Amino acid sequence: MNVLVLLIPVSLFLGGLGLLFFFWAMRANQFDDPDGDAARILRTEFDDHPQD
Amino acid sequence: MDGAYEQVSPAACGACAAVPARAAPIAANLVLSLPTAHCAACITGVEAALLRQSGVRAARVNLTLRRVMIRADADTIAAPLIEALRRAGYEAHEMDPNLLTGTEREGRDLAMRLGVAFFAMMNVMLLSVAVWAGGEGATRDLFHWISALIAIPTVAFAGQPFFKSAGLALRAGRLGMDVPISLALILATTISLFETIKGGHHAYFDAAVMLCFFLLLGRYLDHRTRAIARSAAEQLAALEVPRAMVLVQGVEVARAISEIYINDLVVVRPGGRMPVDGVVVAGTSEVDRSLLTGESLPVFAGPNSLVQAGEVNLTGVLTLKVLAAGQNTSLHRMAELVAIAESAKTRYTSLAERAASWYSPLVHLLSFSAFGFWMWQTGGDLRFAINISAAVLIITCPCALGLAVPAVVTSASGKLFRKGLLIKDGTALERLARVDTVVMDKTGTLTMGIPEPLDFSHIPAEALQVATALSMASSHPLARAIAALGGQGADVTDICEVAGYGISGQYHGAAVRLGRADWCGADPIAMTATYLRLNNQTYAFGFTDKIRFGAEQAIAAFKAQGKDLYLISGDTTAAVRAMAERLGIEHWTAGALPQEKLSLINRLTSEGRQVLMLGDGLNDTAALAAATVSISPASALDAARVASDIVLLGNSMEPIADALRIARQSRHRIIENFLISGGYNVIAVPLALMGLATPLAAALAMSLSSITVTLNALRLK
Repeated sequence: MNVLVLLIPVSLFLGGLGLLFFFWAMRANQFDDPDGDAARILRTEFDDHPQD
Repeated sequence: MDGAYEQVSPAACGACAAVPARAAPIAANLVLSLPTAHCAACITGVEAALLRQSGVRAARVNLTLRRVMIRADADTIAAPLIEALRRAGYEAHEMDPNLLTGTEREGRDLAMRLGVAFFAMMNVMLLSVAVWAGGEGATRDLFHWISALIAIPTVAFAGQPFFKSAGLALRAGRLGMDVPISLALILATTISLFETIKGGHHAYFDAAVMLCFFLLLGRYLDHRTRAIARSAAEQLAALEVPRAMVLVQGVEVARAISEIYINDLVVVRPGGRMPVDGVVVAGTSEVDRSLLTGESLPVFAGPNSLVQAGEVNLTGVLTLKVLAAGQNTSLHRMAELVAIAESAKTRYTSLAERAASWYSPLVHLLSFSAFGFWMWQTGGDLRFAINISAAVLIITCPCALGLAVPAVVTSASGKLFRKGLLIKDGTALERLARVDTVVMDKTGTLTMGIPEPLDFSHIPAEALQVATALSMASSHPLARAIAALGGQGADVTDICEVAGYGISGQYHGAAVRLGRADWCGADPIAMTATYLRLNNQTYAFGFTDKIRFGAEQAIAAFKAQGKDLYLISGDTTAAVRAMAERLGIEHWTAGALPQEKLSLINRLTSEGRQVLMLGDGLNDTAALAAATVSISPASALDAARVASDIVLLGNSMEPIADALRIARQSRHRIIENFLISGGYNVIAVPLALMGLATPLAAALAMSLSSITVTLNALRLK
């Protein structure tokens, strides 16, 4: 049973990491334009730098 | 969790700084809608075209929303940008950036809560499975404590939409669906916490977070379908030209519509929309009224003609004296008509609302009577009685009911979208399923709004060649239709367009004219036509409005389904009668005003009919908003598209008949879903009332019914 002491925190930590990543993705508007993002990778000009 | 989420300001978030154009929508001071953008090339084209304009600092296309956000210097106006896009081949319309933020924020908020609920559900479920599998003593208590640590903040954060709306419902003295939901969430959490402190056997933390997740999922799907639709009246206002060219001491000055007053002089160029109601003081032209009145033919406008806001100037420059501007224009009065029709429409109660109206009192009654019964039976064992009533609430909680409608609507909308129909309103399908009468507009709906040349074989080849040569010089719709025939042009010189009349030229040393009947000295014929004067003879070129693809099939399908058909148009009697006879529509009305269209719909509705309205123009907008359900083609005016529940994306009308079939099918699925979720309750509720329900049984009933309901929704063909 001692393994639980290790595994439960680990599983919660990993799940929490996923949740934090989801938060970041929402806040950074990653889901704003799924169609556009799918199309943008097919373009020939690359925007390596953020637009300003 | 809530606090951490609130703290991060956009400026402090490093990730946001990497995508400034998107992360800071506030910085975009101009938003244009791009109805035709659809691919990677469009993104590049639009962004490149905009960045070449002076004053534009950043432009980013959102293909999902078909919009481009532009960050520009404060004094930049949209008109030249729209013009630049038009030259690059993209249709664009100015949108009010202030109107657009609300629904997006709400959707993001729901998605965030959904994510949290999902995380919590997975983790609590893992721990709960261990307990159900036989965890005992200290292990069980530890797992319950960990579950509590996850579930309590989750319910507090993710349950807020339900708590808020339940609070509103209670304050208004109603019992909405959200009251039993909130009660179940709060009861389940507090009881489980109490049991955990006491070291009890049963905790319902998994049920509480699972409820949150499934209900939020239903709410989110519902929100997505609704977010697409925005208020028709707001969009109509956006349609009004925000600026106009005003003559001040002989100089043209761009001025906002709100600063134009009666008796000002306004200049309208060809292709422009009239910004005000006015009278022409200089210039001749032809104006396209089809979107306001449904007339398929352009109308002559010269000195002393009256024009209305919203009409399109076709051929010549016009100077108008303002008779009414802004709030008083006929366009704005039409917008008010739409707003009135819209507010009358909200009376429809969806199936879900009707289910909720008898469901929630029943649930409360069951739960309270269980509490009372067990208090009496056990001689006042409060803990046991509350446990039972909580179990009843949790089991009856409308998880599947909350998914029953959104799952079907999402599935059906997806099906119809692939067929070329965009469903904008969640209840539109339910309403479409009940339709027994179809009312149609002619110009632009049953027809494409493009003139189609009739048989020209009786016209001598020489005349046709001269007409072709002349028509190439004009952008008038009839001239374009002749030029599009692709005939050989004769050697005509000195071609010039006389705005509002036609085109003249020199052919073999004699004057030739193509244009209006009186200008060419011809006797007008009883149909849409243009006339040619050549060698003292006149020739008439007749046109018919091109019928929409699939219109005949759709009408035939409506008849086969036993619908009553009505045709109502603002066009001339001859044109409307010809169309009605061609399609076999029995009831038809010509020369109808917008108010008459609206009153036809109201009359049919008061006879107890469920009316489907098909229309595209501004003159149809009020009727579209008043009908039980309405469809407009993508080529329709924005305002008409927004007022209607369903938009036809392709050019063909055929999918409409299919939509009626799918609508009836999805109504069946929704009712089946209600029966399924009801069925689970019929089995589980007696168990809960007898005190035999365990958290495992509750979890099983809840997840099984939700999954069955979703699968049933996917069965839609």
